[in-house]
Amino acid sequence: MVWFLVAGVLLVLNGVRAVDRSNFKTCDQSSFCKRMRTMGLDQSPYRAILETLELSDSRLTLQLINDNNKVRLLLELYRLQGNMTRLKINELKPLRSRFEVPDVLVGEPPTKPLSMVSRDEAGVVLSLGTDAHQLVLNARPFRLDIVEGARVLLSVNGRGLLAFEHLRPRKDTLSKISSTVGSMWDSIKNMFSSNTQKDSEGEETTEGAQEEGEEREEEEPGMWEETFKSHVDSKPNGPSSISLDFSLPGVEHVYGIPEHAENLRLKTTDKGDPYRLYNLDVFQYELYNPMALYGAVPVLLSHNAQRTMGIFWLNAAETWVDISANTAGKTLSGKVLDHAQVPSDAPQTDVRWFSESGIIDVFIMLGPKPSDVFTQYASLTGTQSFPPLSTLGYHQCRWNYNDQEDVRAVDAGFDEHDIPYDFIWLDIEHTDGKRYFTWDAANFPQPRDMLRGLQDKRRKMVAIVDPHIKVDSGYRIHNEIRSRNLYVKDKDGGNYEGWCWPGTAGYPDFTDPEMRAWWASMFAYDKYEGSMENLYTWNDMNEPSVFNGPEVTMHKDAIHGTWEHRDVHNLYGLYVQMATAEGLIQRSGGVERPFVLTRAFFAGSQRYGAVWTGDNAAEWGHLKISIPMCLSLGLVGISFCGADVGGFFKNPGPELLVRWYQTGAYQPFFRAHAHLDTPRREPWLFGPQNTALIRDAVRQRYALLPYWYQLFYHAHRTGEPVMRPLWVEYPQDVATFTIDDQFLLGRHLLVHPVTEQGSQGVSVYLPGVGEVWYDAHTFRRHDGDQNLFVPVTLSSIPVFQRGGSIIPRKVRIRRSSTCMENDPYTLYVALSPQGTADGEIYIDDGHTFNYDRQKQFIHRRLTFANSSLSSSNLSADSQFTTASWIERVLILGGQEPSAVTLRTADGSRSLEFEFDAATSVLTIHKPGVNAGSDWTVLLQ
Amino acid sequence: MMFRLQVFLIVSLGAALGAAVEVQRPRGVPLEKRHFYDESRPFTCLDGSRTIPFDRVNDDYCDCKDGSDEPGTAACPNGSFHCTNAGFRATFIPSSRINDGVCDCCDTTDEYNSGVSCQNTCRELGQKERETLEKMAEITREGFLLKRQLIEEAKQGLQEKQGKLSELQASRKEHEEKVDALRTVKETAEQPEREAKERHLKAWEAQKAALQLEKEKAKMAEVFLELDGDADGLVSVSELQTHQELDPDGDGALTDTEAQGLLSGADKVDSAGFQNVWSNIKDKYVSESQPAPPPPQEPQDSEVDQDKDSSKDSDKDADQAYPEDDAGDEEDDEEEDDDDDVPEEYDDKAPPAGPPAEHSDDSDGAMPSYDEETQALIDAAQKARDEFDSAEKSLREVDDQIKSLEKEISFDFGPSAEFAYLYSQCYELTTNEYIYRLCPFNRVSQKPKYGGSETNLGSWGSWNGPEGSKYSIMKYDHGTGCWQGPNRSTTVKLTCGKETAVLSTSEPSRCEYLMEFSTPAICQEPPSLETVAPETDPHDEF
Repeated sequence: MVWFLVAGVLLVLNGVRAVDRSNFKTCDQSSFCKRMRTMGLDQSPYRAILETLELSDSRLTLQLINDNNKVRLLLELYRLQGNMTRLKINELKPLRSRFEVPDVLVGEPPTKPLSMVSRDEAGVVLSLGTDAHQLVLNARPFRLDIVEGARVLLSVNGRGLLAFEHLRPRKDTLSKISSTVGSMWDSIKNMFSSNTQKDSEGEETTEGAQEEGEEREEEEPGMWEETFKSHVDSKPNGPSSISLDFSLPGVEHVYGIPEHAENLRLKTTDKGDPYRLYNLDVFQYELYNPMALYGAVPVLLSHNAQRTMGIFWLNAAETWVDISANTAGKTLSGKVLDHAQVPSDAPQTDVRWFSESGIIDVFIMLGPKPSDVFTQYASLTGTQSFPPLSTLGYHQCRWNYNDQEDVRAVDAGFDEHDIPYDFIWLDIEHTDGKRYFTWDAANFPQPRDMLRGLQDKRRKMVAIVDPHIKVDSGYRIHNEIRSRNLYVKDKDGGNYEGWCWPGTAGYPDFTDPEMRAWWASMFAYDKYEGSMENLYTWNDMNEPSVFNGPEVTMHKDAIHGTWEHRDVHNLYGLYVQMATAEGLIQRSGGVERPFVLTRAFFAGSQRYGAVWTGDNAAEWGHLKISIPMCLSLGLVGISFCGADVGGFFKNPGPELLVRWYQTGAYQPFFRAHAHLDTPRREPWLFGPQNTALIRDAVRQRYALLPYWYQLFYHAHRTGEPVMRPLWVEYPQDVATFTIDDQFLLGRHLLVHPVTEQGSQGVSVYLPGVGEVWYDAHTFRRHDGDQNLFVPVTLSSIPVFQRGGSIIPRKVRIRRSSTCMENDPYTLYVALSPQGTADGEIYIDDGHTFNYDRQKQFIHRRLTFANSSLSSSNLSADSQFTTASWIERVLILGGQEPSAVTLRTADGSRSLEFEFDAATSVLTIHKPGVNAGSDWTVLLQ
Repeated sequence: MMFRLQVFLIVSLGAALGAAVEVQRPRGVPLEKRHFYDESRPFTCLDGSRTIPFDRVNDDYCDCKDGSDEPGTAACPNGSFHCTNAGFRATFIPSSRINDGVCDCCDTTDEYNSGVSCQNTCRELGQKERETLEKMAEITREGFLLKRQLIEEAKQGLQEKQGKLSELQASRKEHEEKVDALRTVKETAEQPEREAKERHLKAWEAQKAALQLEKEKAKMAEVFLELDGDADGLVSVSELQTHQELDPDGDGALTDTEAQGLLSGADKVDSAGFQNVWSNIKDKYVSESQPAPPPPQEPQDSEVDQDKDSSKDSDKDADQAYPEDDAGDEEDDEEEDDDDDVPEEYDDKAPPAGPPAEHSDDSDGAMPSYDEETQALIDAAQKARDEFDSAEKSLREVDDQIKSLEKEISFDFGPSAEFAYLYSQCYELTTNEYIYRLCPFNRVSQKPKYGGSETNLGSWGSWNGPEGSKYSIMKYDHGTGCWQGPNRSTTVKLTCGKETAVLSTSEPSRCEYLMEFSTPAICQEPPSLETVAPETDPHDEF
């Protein structure tokens, strides 16, 4: 939520339809981006000094030298478990230590032995485990190639764009050289550089040479101070940016690096700005644009029919990513040519990363399958947290529900209109003057009564807790943070202050573990007055948003302990959510799973809860973009993603609202939200017809909750996305590589939302040669590997179940997911052309960690083969008792049997059934077996 | 694991009736449908779609499309469950609320197998409801009596107003006649006045023209001397060229030919010939001894300011007093409080000024005062004018009153004009932050409690209730605009009450306000108490 309210003055943005671009930097306005991007494509000045090579069991170190300025870098190479390579580059002797990102990796990644295959003057060849997988290091210029057999998978510094601005002492006099003097320096520089080259050819550097090298780089503008609009970045440490390029021969499709309002497949950036990763509170963002948004995950995936790979650039500073199309022959050179070839006209994608500070720390994930990359990345940064089942239900939000009576009335509205929901949300107005952890005394005098009222309906609430803290000596939270000295500091050492919702606000230093521990303790029931077990948390504005800061965020020269904000910026939001989630766990004594929604995020944020795509708008384009935006997040581990249903800004017409509910019902995080200034839009305010359509969409969601829950369990266990691009499941089908108007949920459901106004039909691509798909609404069967025109009405969007799958549903829809806990299952068995199907069922208590700590869960495989459907245990050592039973089995694409028999440990009995010849659906009545037991249903 | 469901429920009532009565029927079936559920026969779905063995009624599996085979379980998506709720009102709930862990029926019968323990609250609820109903009934009764009174008063008020209106309409005629008569008197008096004034003016102008001619001659002589640099009594081309400002084509240079042209083709002219030349050049000529032009005159606006102030004052008065449609649907309406654009002539209470002030650049002095005779004619005419104006003003006032009355009479004050008493009243409600003010049929406003300007939350729009109860809701719209939002508007819901008061205000949606307003005028004729007593509730058992 953004609504520029600055010290009581409304910045009148009336009539501004989209983002005010001038508030945000272009690459040209970000001095390091401009410097890096204008760097020439000459041969890399970096050379490996092979004499310095040291190889321990799993780690190779080697010095690199920049022949222009003689600064030395230290390269570290690791072979990691699970087919990954880690590459770290830092200065050999930095003037000060450079920031290395903590708390994102789940641990020190386990290594595997690295062995030398060969070594000569040109470089070395290392084995990555098998004979086929090798790493070829070329010394002059420095480049790395990862090869598999005769195929080059990936090259590092193939275009020679490795750059490392070494830290240097401040020379204020030099930083202010005018441009005329600058051109003088050019000629002096040329003199020096030719001299230097002569003197030091093949030799180690001298201090003097290094000095000269420094001087010749001093004149670039913006190195020691940078101004954007009225904001000055004092840059006390001077230039510190880094850059590295990667070439991907044979690759035409790259994905990831969210968050951008962009198609799933990334575009080349030659004609405009690079994709930017810098967490920002963007007011009314534009679509199809490389501008930075609220979150940043520096992970890029490449895919072709043979292989999927990933590059994880672990850096939390402002980062830009350039993508260009190339041909493979152009960048292949050096030692690798002895080992591998690529057709010189093969397509290639070049990717270049550059960050403002920190070190180069890159994880190259070699796949080869999409699922391998997910596993590899999950092994580094962890998997999606396993959310409480109820959080997969529907969330009703608005800025703002005004008071307790309003909450009660909206809650009653859902009952009156028989629409299920699990969570009602309170935005910032619920607090006492935007002092988080408090309640407005007039409008929310009895928060516990309100929460109990919801609890009686087995429903829950989320209240917002933002990380900006009102500077007010009467506010306990502020006083404590100040007295504990836990606020972020400004460049002069005082507490950093900025404007946000409460007016002047301080920003807790969440990078400090002490701050996070204290923050977590504030969620204890006796500290957070009015809170109860059914109150959960929403962290907004955690980019952090600073209304009067540069680019609406914190000044880069603000101080977090020993680091500049510049170094940690993209981590701030992750830390806020981490501390909040920890607080929710602690308040329950470690028993209950937390739920925290965040707007800002980074690699690893998936471990702490859900994200949403920020302040979108009630426009068809925003509905459409919600698909690729969440798909991109899913690819980089963040599965629990959603967009504000209805659109945050502006006012949706009924058709758009209905279509958005229908789409949101099939996206992981399903929450309606609206701006303060919009008219009310609870689902029943658009006439009985639209109410019925919305009710139906929400009920479809609730029926599928068992499947959603099972998908999240898998995401939690393996890192596989819940909402997937088609290519993830059909990696060899080139037709799927650019599809982002439809998606898969798990492997079994294909969803094609309707995102055009007045649509009469959509073209759905059903993948899979020799596969079949069943329309989830009509059970009509369609062949795979075709584009199918599906006529649509307003009543629903096309959803298909894959032939060969079994999906458990709970078709008794009640007022909340918790009310459905003990309800029976209906199994939807969609037969493959071979007459087989399989699926799973996962059951636990839905809200505690007992599934993990005490193995209290049921996980069963459901298999249909040879005319028999059976349930077998997938997890012998787990235990859980459920009251749920199997109510009904629908077999899609079946034939009429003469008899149906149920076999259990207690014996056999025959079951009633009916067969609809028109749809080929066999309905088996009431097996009645407990969902956790072994059973078989035989068709004869 | 399947739980066996109890198919039959022993419905035990009677504590209230003093005798225990037991009726057997499937769970969730209302008494009046009991006969459809006969355990000795197969069950036919109530929509007739299917017949099933009776043991499949309430067996927790949905067989009937209409859900009628599962009145007591949650198996059917469209089923409903009947709560007897002895002691309170019987009701139906959606069958999805059976055993969902939430107590819906006050008799607890919906939660028979969910593990949740519900308290039977029917007796309490019944009691409470009876109390509420009684209270409501009392309010309605008393409110309705007040309403009758209001209707009576409105009727009288209307009669009075109509009486007043006819009176005014009658007196309007008199006023009109008077105005006509005085107009004649005025015009008669103005004729000699005008003639006398004209005479006076002409005499003065003749005198002025003679003076002007003298001056002109003197000036020309002076210039001639000034130009005649060599004092030869002739003005030559070169002498003329010392005055470049005389350049006729504006190129900045007065050429020989041009100068000659100015001298009517001659090389030199004497003082007599200069007369023609002078008329050519006098507009441009800058004398060497010419004084600086006077500074531009400051506009005199103090009078205008006064006008504005006075109209502001009248606006303030209007706030207290009578409603004028902001929309301005009656354009010819000229009430004083209408707006700032009151035509000046109406407000001008000062006697008309004498002859128009001379806007002459000359400083030859003012026109001499009128002679006695002329002045007497002017005074007489002025008196006639004053009398005419005063009569015309009275007529206007009468017109205004008529219009205002006609407007009030034509207002929709409800079927029996019961809402008429709200006209020209205002009601306030003070909340934590704001004072809300509802002036029915006029406007709604909001003012911060601790200083700050008033915000218009909407002006009277229309009655906006649903069909059948049109007069239950008032709509006020076109209030002050919202940032990036609509104009503010207010919906006023009327509820029956003895008092006339604003009960509550809220802003359910940004800039859309909701007000609850109690008034006896909305009270309906009370039904007799007995029909609402639970004892005779047709839905109750027996």
